[in-house]
Amino acid sequence: MNWIIRFRQRDSLLPNYAVLTLYLLFALLPLLILVFNSLKSRPELANDPLGPPNVLHFENFSNAWVMGKFSTTTRNSAFLVVSTVTLVLTLGGLASFSLARLNPPGSNIFMALMVVGATLPIWLFMVPLFILWRKLGLINNLFGLVLIYTAMNAPIAIFLLRSYMVQLPADFEDAARVDGANDLQIFTNVVLPLVWPGFLTVGLVVGMGVWGEFQIALIFVTNPDLFPITTSYWQFTSRFSRDWTLTSAAALMMIAPILVLFLSLQRRFIEGLTQGGIRM
Amino acid sequence: MGELIASIESRRMPLKKRSHQRFFRLKVVPWLFILPILILYIMVVIGPSLAAFYYSLTDWSGIGKATFIGLENFKEIFLDTNYHKALQNNLKWLAMFVTIPFALSLFAASMLRGLKKSGMVFRTLLFLPYIIPSVVAAAIWRNLLSPRVGLGSVLADIGIPGLDFAFLGSTKTALYAIAFVDNWHFWGYLMILFLAAMQAIPVDLYDAAKVDGANRGQEFLHVTIPGIRPTLIFMVMMVAVWSFLTFDYVWILTQGGPARSSEVLSTYLYKQAFNRFEAGYASAIGLSMSLFAGMILGIFIYLRRRGWEV
Repeated sequence: MNWIIRFRQRDSLLPNYAVLTLYLLFALLPLLILVFNSLKSRPELANDPLGPPNVLHFENFSNAWVMGKFSTTTRNSAFLVVSTVTLVLTLGGLASFSLARLNPPGSNIFMALMVVGATLPIWLFMVPLFILWRKLGLINNLFGLVLIYTAMNAPIAIFLLRSYMVQLPADFEDAARVDGANDLQIFTNVVLPLVWPGFLTVGLVVGMGVWGEFQIALIFVTNPDLFPITTSYWQFTSRFSRDWTLTSAAALMMIAPILVLFLSLQRRFIEGLTQGGIRM
Repeated sequence: MGELIASIESRRMPLKKRSHQRFFRLKVVPWLFILPILILYIMVVIGPSLAAFYYSLTDWSGIGKATFIGLENFKEIFLDTNYHKALQNNLKWLAMFVTIPFALSLFAASMLRGLKKSGMVFRTLLFLPYIIPSVVAAAIWRNLLSPRVGLGSVLADIGIPGLDFAFLGSTKTALYAIAFVDNWHFWGYLMILFLAAMQAIPVDLYDAAKVDGANRGQEFLHVTIPGIRPTLIFMVMMVAVWSFLTFDYVWILTQGGPARSSEVLSTYLYKQAFNRFEAGYASAIGLSMSLFAGMILGIFIYLRRRGWEV
């Protein structure tokens, strides 16, 4: 009976653990079932859709890899992630550096534009953007998608990167200037080495967003050879909707990279998401 | 050295040329750093947003010439029952999302607040669903909610009937089932934000509450909630704005069906623009969605002006 008394004490943490365990079941059981089902055979899944597998069917993964055209879609998504992160960090980094250290005249107009733009709903400009992109031949073009992702992530990246660079002391910069470095050299040789953790944070948040992005990819890429992992997975699940073993295995392959990245760098992720990444 | 020499040399130059150079370095160069992203941003976001105002006043298939028809599209919105149905669903969505995930995340965050090391582990694990892409989260729950192989069928097998029901396939439940799935993914994000805000509350306040004999509930109401009030209210506003824009889960799970029962404005706009090629009408719908989002922001700004501490 001792534990009941402890449970009711004012400072006991037992109620906290009890409640949080229930939360944990709600959050993680669906993911656990996903792992179970990715390893079952189809008949076993039909008999027992929730429990652990009896025999491990690892071939589900290779089957899903081939049938889901993962070699193509992973490459497409990797291209989108790498290009978008590179562009956001380069262009956003340059702009943030100027805003934080070079004091451009009228920069508050630019910041106001970013704030307004960040609150504009994507559905306001989706149709005209689609028509413009069609005129420019950027529909069914991965680079066209990269340009959109880069612009959509620009406000978040600039707010965050600028806030990191504003905090830097001016001493280093002044020293470099006396040594004759120009603005670009100061950015690459002085500022960048000092604020790279901020760049990593922004890169992670942007990269994760692009890897899972669905709605823009759905609209701007209709050629299956160019599908990123998300829209292709969506088609895959409707084509093989009766084979949950395959779709589960495919889902796991899709989330594995972000799970690994998130679990190893979660402090950075959470910092980026809570400080500037206001999004759904 | 280079700059030093340059500055010595510039001192020998005529005054006019020197001031030009100075102007270039201090006023023009900073903007050269900003220019690339600015051009891209105008091309992708600002320009098309402005164009949407014009297109919303036209009858246009997206190809060829647009016919100017004034406010006809907006008149049509007023009469379009499908639009009204979608808007109603957005309002239901708003009502659900400014309550349920907030209750879930506030309770969880207040439970996490007291924990030390183990709190980090719980926090990380509870946050996991948020990083799962929408297509995967939707696929997981489409199966779990299926009457054939889902949770309901297993419960029915062990004698708990009633949940082996096609929640996503019924006009009565589809919208709520989608909201449930989206919320499974989303609430952890609010939890992380609220937890961060709670950890910034001075510990003395909790100690004082304890001395005064406050129980957990009173502590939560009188210390925690006032302490995170700015974050809380800001997130209510953001979630309300997002409620008008929600798309992914609805499109992935039902595409607005069955029989438009889960149609929201974004899926309706998508169909008008990309299935029916009504680019003008779709632009008008997009503009109306921005208006709703703007109204939410306007209400909060108004309340703040009136002296509410929101």
